[in-house]
Amino acid sequence: MQGTLTRRRFSQAILAFAALATVPLRVFARNDEAFKAVNTDEAMKALFGDKPMTVDDSFEFKVPDIAEDGSIVPVTVSTEMEGVKSISLLVDANPNPLSARFHFMPGAVPEFKTRIKMGESSDVRAVIETADALYVSTKNVKVTLGGCGG
Amino acid sequence: MDVKPIKIRGRLKGDTASIKCLMPHPMETGVRKDLDGNKIPAHYIETVSCTKNGEVFITADWGASVSKDPYFGFVVNNAKEGDVIEVSWKDNLGNTSSGDLTL
Repeated sequence: MQGTLTRRRFSQAILAFAALATVPLRVFARNDEAFKAVNTDEAMKALFGDKPMTVDDSFEFKVPDIAEDGSIVPVTVSTEMEGVKSISLLVDANPNPLSARFHFMPGAVPEFKTRIKMGESSDVRAVIETADALYVSTKNVKVTLGGCGG
Repeated sequence: MDVKPIKIRGRLKGDTASIKCLMPHPMETGVRKDLDGNKIPAHYIETVSCTKNGEVFITADWGASVSKDPYFGFVVNNAKEGDVIEVSWKDNLGNTSSGDLTL
């Protein structure tokens, strides 16, 4: 009797611990559906549902106007906005538009620099997500040599 | 696959640090073909995590369209000398790698 109780209590403790450990993981789990989406609308829907989006060109979103090599297109996004939860980067003309999504813990600096691949000339979008709003900025990048065909 | 460590560099200026990382990785999209016309299987980093003294402050989810040998630059605030910044990644095949830096 004593043994079963202890064992039950032990397994309960394990389950409780597992639940605690998976909660933060689930919050920031990669949204595979959004990454598999084949057009921007689908990807946006998978990321943000039907939340309305505001066009906002006031934050820093740097991409080249012309990319000579589509396999390395430098991107910088930076904002002074408070309470930024995530910044997502989408390339409309890529086979899977969602390229990257960065999550910022409370207090972290909402800024990143990276390099992405673009198969052809396309609009590129940066979406900033705060607790209650979405802000999008769109830039067009002309690619003279595609980066996805190799 | 032979997994290479992340190259990480950064400088502390006042209480912020700009960090630059280079992550050697093929970042194969899965749509490219080799010379014999066979598809090269997808192989790319899916998640990245940045910690300061063990505490996560930025994570990233990536698709295969992040460039080969990804470059990732970010900023750490409330930083001071001696803080340890660690960056790690996990790819779609389950490989992991990391790199760290003491400011």
